[in-house]
Amino acid sequence: MSSNLTQALLELADDNLILGHRLSEWCGHAPMLEEDLALPNMGLDLIGTARTLYSYAGTIESNNKSEDDLAFLRDEREFLNCLLVERPNVNFAHTVLKQLYFSTFMKLYWNEALNSKDEIIVGVAGKAKKEMSYHIRHSGEWVIRLGDGTTESNKKLLEAVDALHIYTNELFFDTPNNIYFIKKDILPSRKALKSKWEKEINSIFKMAFVPYPEFEGELSGGRLGLHGEELGHLLASMQSVHRAHPGAKW
Amino acid sequence: MYSQGLINSDTQIEESQEFLDAFQARIDAEEKIEPNDVMPQAYKKMLVRQIAQHAHSEIVGMLPEGNWVTRAPSLRRKAALLAKVQDEGGHGLYLYSAAETLGVSREELTEQLVTGKAKFSSIFNYPTLSWADIGAIGWLVDGAAIMNQIPLCRCSYGPYARAMIRVCKEESFHQRQGYELMMSLAQGTEKQKQMAQDALNRWWWPSVMMFGPHDAESTHSDQSMRWKIKRFTNDDLRQKFINATVPQATFIDLKIPDKDLRWNDDKEGYDHGPIDWAEFWNVVKGNGPMARDRITARKKAWDEGEWVRDAAHAYAEKRRAEKIAAE
Ligand SMILES: [Fe+2]
Ligand SMILES: [Fe+2]
Repeated sequence: MSSNLTQALLELADDNLILGHRLSEWCGHAPMLEEDLALPNMGLDLIGTARTLYSYAGTIESNNKSEDDLAFLRDEREFLNCLLVERPNVNFAHTVLKQLYFSTFMKLYWNEALNSKDEIIVGVAGKAKKEMSYHIRHSGEWVIRLGDGTTESNKKLLEAVDALHIYTNELFFDTPNNIYFIKKDILPSRKALKSKWEKEINSIFKMAFVPYPEFEGELSGGRLGLHGEELGHLLASMQSVHRAHPGAKW
Repeated sequence: MYSQGLINSDTQIEESQEFLDAFQARIDAEEKIEPNDVMPQAYKKMLVRQIAQHAHSEIVGMLPEGNWVTRAPSLRRKAALLAKVQDEGGHGLYLYSAAETLGVSREELTEQLVTGKAKFSSIFNYPTLSWADIGAIGWLVDGAAIMNQIPLCRCSYGPYARAMIRVCKEESFHQRQGYELMMSLAQGTEKQKQMAQDALNRWWWPSVMMFGPHDAESTHSDQSMRWKIKRFTNDDLRQKFINATVPQATFIDLKIPDKDLRWNDDKEGYDHGPIDWAEFWNVVKGNGPMARDRITARKKAWDEGEWVRDAAHAYAEKRRAEKIAAE
């Protein structure tokens, strides 16, 4: 496989779009009005980042594609997001925990990406890093509140950790394609971020009375386009109107 | 606890004619009434009724549009719609705060909403059936809302007037965005154009009805005008809306579904066909196609969120107890 930046950018863009989409599913159904505003707001940040990355990917390596071509006209097997972001919302505990896992990772990632030799990536990183700080604060505070709230909320949080932690290892997977760009100082290494990430998650888990999961093992495959069954339904809904009107402008 | 310290909250005041006249004089002098001012119970009641209904409408209004957030056909539209629905939630929040200044808590109002006791704008009891409905709602429903709300920026009750100033800015942005969406559909493929016309056909009359019954049948209208809560009659506002909207439809080559619609030189406005008041009252009474589903959706969100709100309370209580113990 020849190295291509398109694929590396799509991994990042798909992560952002799919998680942004999941957050948007909360719109109007959150546990309180403040969260009806906060969850879609975080979704907007992620979708905004995805748009910039898709637009960039569309212009390089003779792709000649628009952001919408990339978001709406690729099939399940062509999406390269990690499995964590496509996990269904289930409940508020799953949602805030997923958000904490992802934003803690992405803040570290964008922070390193500030040193990229690619100016566009540096630009995205500068904006996204600030947004991730807010997402960490918001989701981290909720994880602590749920963990240190009631017996029920603590139980729901532990269930979420049990369900989602197994997907986190995939966050640190550098694909052979990406290693080429890591060596060229275009992209940061994901693998290198793992110990910092664990430390940060652990410090929040302590405050939330959540024992840090000991188990080994992982579920992965997203970067190869091998997803869970839920992603197909998300895409079926997301792409339905766009695909029903081939060539139409919106 | 939201409203402690408001002297008028529960204090019964003898409402002598002198008191009522003095209050009216303040209104007539265009003074703003503020939360700590004494006010007639009927004034307060009328405001609570109107603000609550308005707040509920913003909240319930998130649902028909939220229905298309996950299916928006471009990323640009997806982001814009998400931002818009979020704005509506923000409007709900300002309005609940305005209601709180009158001693009614958000919990109380939410309880009324999820038990089906509260009223909200009947327009949201119609379903959104295609992507074009998102354009139609922005253009027509937010358009009608602005007509109603611009005069409310001068409402005699200060907190409500100030909330409306903020809300109106956003509503007029929503209206322009909705119209622009309709325009791109109307200039698009044959199927897109049909979709736009169909949406206009379905949303036109409900939007015209948003202004409420004709003046002669409007029960609270006179007193509301005297107290300068309301500044224009239902029919005046409806006429303004029609006059502004008809040329916009013509400009993008869409047809308003009213065969009696024609320009009237004498009144310098459009005459319109008869409004189906039987349908209006039917929907107001809660028989709109989506009425039950809307309440059910809000109740589901509220019930399923209870453990989260409880957790937040419990957590805050623990921190408070720690703080007291440390002092
Ligand atoms: Fe609004
Ligand atoms: Fe609006």
